[in-house]
Amino acid sequence: MLKIENLHASVEDKEILRGINLEVKAGEVHAIMGPNGSGKSTLASVIAGKEEFEVTEGSVSLEGEDLEDASPEERAHKGVFLSFQYPVEIPGVSVTNFMKTAINESRKAKGLEDMPAKDMLKLIREKSELLEIDRKFLSRSLNQGFSGGEKKRNEIFQMAMLEPKLAILDETDSGLDIDALRIVANGVNKLKSKDNAVIVITHYQRLLDYIVPDFVHVLHNGKIVKSGGKELALELEEKGYDWLKQETAV
Amino acid sequence: MAYTEEELKKELETKEYEYGFYTDIESETFPIGLSEEIVIAISKKKEEPEWMTLWRLEAFKHWKEMVEPEWANVHYEKPDFQAISYYSAPKKANPNKSLDDVDPELLEMYKKLGISVDEQKKLQNVAVDIVMDSVSVATTFKKTLAEKGIIFCSISEAIKEHPELVKKYLGSVVPQKDNFYAALNSAVFSDGSFCYIPKGVRCPMELSTYFRINQAGTGQFERTLVIADEGSYVSYLEGCTAPSRDENQLHAAVVELIALDDAEIKYSTVQNWFPGNKEGKGGVYNFVTKRGLCEKNAKISWTQVETGSAVTWKYPSCILKGDNSIGEFYSIAVTNNYQQADTGTKMVHLGKNTRSTIISKGISAGKSQNSYRGLVQVNSRAENARNFSQCDSLLMGNECGAHTFPYIEVKNKGAQIEHEATTSKIGEDQIFYCNQRGIDTEKAIALIVNGFSKEVLNKLPMEFAVEAQKLLEISLEGSVG
Ligand SMILES: Nc1ncnc2c1ncn2[C@@H]1O[C@H](COP(=O)(O)OP(=O)(O)O)[C@@H](O)[C@H]1O
Ligand SMILES: [Mg+2]
Repeated sequence: MLKIENLHASVEDKEILRGINLEVKAGEVHAIMGPNGSGKSTLASVIAGKEEFEVTEGSVSLEGEDLEDASPEERAHKGVFLSFQYPVEIPGVSVTNFMKTAINESRKAKGLEDMPAKDMLKLIREKSELLEIDRKFLSRSLNQGFSGGEKKRNEIFQMAMLEPKLAILDETDSGLDIDALRIVANGVNKLKSKDNAVIVITHYQRLLDYIVPDFVHVLHNGKIVKSGGKELALELEEKGYDWLKQETAV
Repeated sequence: MAYTEEELKKELETKEYEYGFYTDIESETFPIGLSEEIVIAISKKKEEPEWMTLWRLEAFKHWKEMVEPEWANVHYEKPDFQAISYYSAPKKANPNKSLDDVDPELLEMYKKLGISVDEQKKLQNVAVDIVMDSVSVATTFKKTLAEKGIIFCSISEAIKEHPELVKKYLGSVVPQKDNFYAALNSAVFSDGSFCYIPKGVRCPMELSTYFRINQAGTGQFERTLVIADEGSYVSYLEGCTAPSRDENQLHAAVVELIALDDAEIKYSTVQNWFPGNKEGKGGVYNFVTKRGLCEKNAKISWTQVETGSAVTWKYPSCILKGDNSIGEFYSIAVTNNYQQADTGTKMVHLGKNTRSTIISKGISAGKSQNSYRGLVQVNSRAENARNFSQCDSLLMGNECGAHTFPYIEVKNKGAQIEHEATTSKIGEDQIFYCNQRGIDTEKAIALIVNGFSKEVLNKLPMEFAVEAQKLLEISLEGSVG
């Protein structure tokens, strides 16, 4: 599904990603861990096509198609979804209106008509129930005055609405209390299928107890320094990152 | 606030919008220039009584002695008032004929404007009085309204049929010599709408007027007079579009609202005059005087969405004369390319316990300049007056400007005045967030702008709100690189 080869990316002439290789197949869950500032969010942004970052070398392809020339919205239409570490506020635009626009824009790109209001209502009802979201919440301005947890839950609600092929969850667990974490993880698991894939970026083992990864990668200084199975996450939880930093410094 | 299924459905609704076209209709145009003779000729052409002719001449006398105001934050080439034709009427139209007799080309134009002069409108509870180039050509649903004693007609007709009302109220809120453009309008106004709601009557439908500027090189001087008698209510919509034109066209309208004791008037405007092209060439000069007078316990709300015109100069105001009266001003002003807007309001508190609310949303893009100018005046007699003002500006890009000029004059210590102002920019992060959800940048901006303007859009009648949203989108098209 996703193939990243020797990816280098910089911002303002500062190289942040320094040769990343990663392959994610349909049906898989990958976890990316690593200390603050190692480049996890940058990797997510580059996959999503944020223009601020310049790809200097290597490639990202989705289902065999090079994404180099695809705009962020085109990538979204192809099924890339990013749950933001820091979701932005859009005053005066309700969650519902935002989702309606997003869904219809994607449909338009595929040559489809707007989704009929009744189907939209049904979808909203179904997905808000899945994530135990109060319907009143959906009429509030997007992310404005939301608590950290509400913002993250709203990101996953959007993911549920858009049903992406590839979902990247950037520290979705931070700001969630244990109940919310369970609801969110449960939502993600329900949406999981053999046809889609998830990349979970996290610091903590905690989330991985619920969303069980097939592979765990450790990012450090813009490179994947170690990959393994789910037990690697446990090892990291126990030992921290320092031993890896030393290992790679050699 | 409970979130109902109904609201959700409304939010999910979308609607088409059409704009921009030009129709050839034979018109009769006066020779250019302005003189006493022209003023008399206009009055004569319209078969006005003598008192009206004299009233116009008095206004003309004042106008000759006045100079164009220069205090607004706008820069433009002054119109040559002698190079304008002051009267242009579509020849084929006749208000006394039935719809079948109306020029098919005119009907076609209405269709493009989305005005269907038929039963459909009735179902939608809208009565339309259309002012195209100067003469009112079709008035609908007069009968339904007449049953309630409501008078809704062209001002020309009102001058003939209801002289006592016109004599009493015309110029009572905006005197002939109020300002340069008002004086000009008083001398040469061609037509406009007149509305009277009798005591205790709630007007059962939205009343609506569409203005067009159609004939090249003609000025448009509309005169609107709305009188809500004691305890009555009316919601009035004014909309306009103008086809593309190369030379600057002058529009100097006057709107007077009178809300007698316990009456309420809601006046909504969507203004979309031709703004000029991307290089700043052409476009309409819109110099409008709008003012309402509130008697005891009366309420006037102005809601406006201004997206058009090359230069806009407009301050819908409320004179809160009666005790406990309320004035409201909700405004969205969008400027793009080389547009200039200087808009705002005046709230004059004269009576006790008078209250006013001002919500102004300015959106600037391109190389445009957008100014808010507001005056809140509290008279010494106005015990316990209150005002709340909020002026928000949204900037797109680095070449446009937003300016806020709030003036506050308080002569009564008990007054409570609150003023809030914010300026924000559409952030890259907001755009990327939308992009990531599949929304392209143009659409993202429309979404953000609509969100920013929501408090005001919500004040518009539903039908109008959808159109206004579309207009915002259209007027900001191409504003991002
Ligand atoms: N827009 C930017 N401009 C400059 N430096 C940036 C920018 N975005 C990220 N960085 C830098 O790139 C590095 C990686 O950041 P990030 O990808 O956010 O790390 P992580 O998500 O792993 O904590 C950090 O040193 C950060 O300061
Ligand atoms: Mg991060």
